[in-house]
Amino acid sequence: MPQVSWRRFFVTAAFAAAVAGVVALNRRAVGSVGDAREGIRLSEVAHQSGIDFVHQAPTLDPMLAHIAPHVAALGACVSVTDVNNDNWPDLYFTTSRFGAANALYLNQRDGTFRDVSAEAGVAELNQAGEGVSMGAVWGDYDNDGFEDLLVTKWGYPQLLRNLGNGRFEDVTERSGLRRWMNSNGAVWLDFDRDGLLDLYLTGYFRSDIDFWNLRTTRIMQHSWEFASNGGKNLLFKNIGDGRFEDVTDTMGVGSTRWTLAAAAADFNDDGWPDLYLANDYGPEELFLNRGGRRFELARAGLEDDSKSGMAVALGDVYNRGRLDVFVTNISVRGFLFQGNNLRINFMRELGRFDEIASGVVADAGWAWGAQFGDLNNDGLLDLVVANGFISADSGRDYWYAMSKIAGAQGNIFEDAKNWPPIGTASLSGYERSRVLLNRGREGFVDVAQEAGVADLLDGRSVALADLFNRGTLDVVIANEKGKALVYRSTAYPGHWIALKLIGTRSNRSAIGAEVTVEFGAVRQRQVVAGGMGFCSQNDRRLHFGLGDQRLGRVTIRWPTGTEQVLNGLAPDRLHVITEPSPGAQQR
Amino acid sequence: MTAVQAPVGTRWWADPKYLIVLLITLVLVAGEARYSILGGYDRLATTLGTCIATEVLLSRLLRGRVANISSAYITGISLALLIKPQANILWPFALGGFLAIGSKYVLTYRGRHLWNPSNFAIALFVLVAADSVAILSHQWGNDLRINLVIWAFGLAVASRARVLHVTLTYVVCFVVLAVARNVIVAGPLLAELAPITGPMYQLFVFFMVTDPRTTVGTRRGRMVVVAIVAVVETVIRLAGDFQVSLLRPLYPSPPLLALAIVGPIAMWWDLHRQTRKQSVRA
Repeated sequence: MPQVSWRRFFVTAAFAAAVAGVVALNRRAVGSVGDAREGIRLSEVAHQSGIDFVHQAPTLDPMLAHIAPHVAALGACVSVTDVNNDNWPDLYFTTSRFGAANALYLNQRDGTFRDVSAEAGVAELNQAGEGVSMGAVWGDYDNDGFEDLLVTKWGYPQLLRNLGNGRFEDVTERSGLRRWMNSNGAVWLDFDRDGLLDLYLTGYFRSDIDFWNLRTTRIMQHSWEFASNGGKNLLFKNIGDGRFEDVTDTMGVGSTRWTLAAAAADFNDDGWPDLYLANDYGPEELFLNRGGRRFELARAGLEDDSKSGMAVALGDVYNRGRLDVFVTNISVRGFLFQGNNLRINFMRELGRFDEIASGVVADAGWAWGAQFGDLNNDGLLDLVVANGFISADSGRDYWYAMSKIAGAQGNIFEDAKNWPPIGTASLSGYERSRVLLNRGREGFVDVAQEAGVADLLDGRSVALADLFNRGTLDVVIANEKGKALVYRSTAYPGHWIALKLIGTRSNRSAIGAEVTVEFGAVRQRQVVAGGMGFCSQNDRRLHFGLGDQRLGRVTIRWPTGTEQVLNGLAPDRLHVITEPSPGAQQR
Repeated sequence: MTAVQAPVGTRWWADPKYLIVLLITLVLVAGEARYSILGGYDRLATTLGTCIATEVLLSRLLRGRVANISSAYITGISLALLIKPQANILWPFALGGFLAIGSKYVLTYRGRHLWNPSNFAIALFVLVAADSVAILSHQWGNDLRINLVIWAFGLAVASRARVLHVTLTYVVCFVVLAVARNVIVAGPLLAELAPITGPMYQLFVFFMVTDPRTTVGTRRGRMVVVAIVAVVETVIRLAGDFQVSLLRPLYPSPPLLALAIVGPIAMWWDLHRQTRKQSVRA
């Protein structure tokens, strides 16, 4: 029957075309790559700048020896501060092995840094019986004008008060914060707007686990998707006199969802800072602040989207005057496409976020720290994402072995002794960092290679700052079991403005202040963050690229709620703005 | 388990074919309600719509009648549950649905299709589209309770559909071979047994390996074939343990790829053997 033959031929051809279509579309999935004309140029200068910091991973109880590289793969972190108020950003790095020293690099204002951690008293924090460092955030909790240091640990967190003379004092005990936790993140915020910085500490592993004296191997997550057996997050209210009070339960923010990172900002524009959590093995959580009296877990489109959240970065992606959210996750060819989330904020109108990540934004590998920043001053916030988990023997891969238990019942892999030994294998190792250029409605494009970012270290923490006060953002990456990298921007495109805020009625660090800069026909909002990304903190000075647009009005909403409008600010310079007293004239 | 013939006189609701439809719908509803396993109803609509449309169109075009769509329904839901693509892309669901059902009409031997439809589409994606598609990233909460419910219903339906021997043969072989693998690779025994407690295996043992349209004619033959599938799966798993790079594309889904390899060969051999027998008799 010739008619049937023609039909069969047609069907067979369509079938073959569909197979070809799969192959072709799969190639496109790798994502788009930009070129060198995009205006981002970065040059790695850590050693030339005097920064030769190498992270060391913790050594854990022998009961975990077979998966130690997996469990002990955290702790390389960097945060930016201005420890001596000279308007030059300084850097603090954490390491995670007993006896190894954290490092505070003081900016020498000549393109170099000097490690002053030993004389400052912030180096020797990794001690047996006390725990090891997992990250740090800076905030002036006592409003004395100097940034204080909170180090999160697997062990006792440490609060170190900046005495203002180049030295720090350990005030953990008397502050009420000496509580054993296995914490990988913290964020300063003033949740009740009383002018005192409060502290939210995230729990990862349960707090009854002492990694050097294990009593059980039943310490892992009981689900890869909806685990709730992690460490409890804690909210400490600053009650003045240098003391903190645990208000976790009364405020309703004691999540036990293996939180790796948190960020605080006012997502729904009600004037109160909310908490956004990136949880490993579970959905993200948004706790909305109800007038400083309690938090409510919001249904904002997050609850069913279970992934492996590693970091939270906030940025106004499309210059709408909103803070959108980027959360890093895991993607690995063939095994897992969780994909990073780029959630556009529609909280005010719709009470939810819309997830729009695709291509290079969604698939960056095993992504860790990330930050938004306008790297080419074109007026759009770009993204830097650190990637890679365990780079060991490149010929051996742990993904297959892990996949054996990943689909199983939770009570099997909750017990670490049931995990296949990792040996010398890599696990999403040798992945490069991403530099994603924001082209507005045309989406993001990966320009890392062209920009000069080609390292394959296991990136954890990313922080952005104008390290050399030149009007362009530089990038610092802390790498697990690797050297810290400082990528100095070597491009000077576009106009910019930077703002350093000093609170008076608000907390002096102005953490929680939100600034909206209008330029051209758009407006961009940024927040002074008390911790953002993964175990990191950007420079508190806010940097806005303006492109070739004319700078318009600048609106500051201070943490206490005061709104200040500034007109006529000069571009291409840093402005230090002090919170006005009530009734003061705006300019 | 895609298209089982009901015994004469069986009421439609007791027809194993519809029991299987009921079972996979139960899996879908329970998984979505509890764990949002779909990742978006657009995925389900795309896959199901494509599968059913392709079935209707191709059966009308090539066979002159519209086929029963229960097989397309089961395939559509299986694909929607098992395919986990890179963020926000829908084409794997559309093309997967078309290729799965299309394979029934294109990849045939003596009028019978050789691959279980969803198994074919998934194996193809694993091998040629690994940059875009992973298999079952979601694990349904790793929750024992929901899996026990599905196993209980699944075993009852498999029994009613007269394919329980296939399911049980595979399960027994998997357990025995897991112990053997454990002896070879050392490490925890539970790590080797763990996969069969997961959701991918539920879909595999109840909806793929039991498909009577893509397995051999005799009861004993089906048991032998499924045992061979388990053996090939073990070979892939051992290759994963010993890092045999040549077989790396197969690691993400050893059982599905073992079936994709063994199934059509067994089917071809069985059809070939039947034809020879008929020739000899003639």
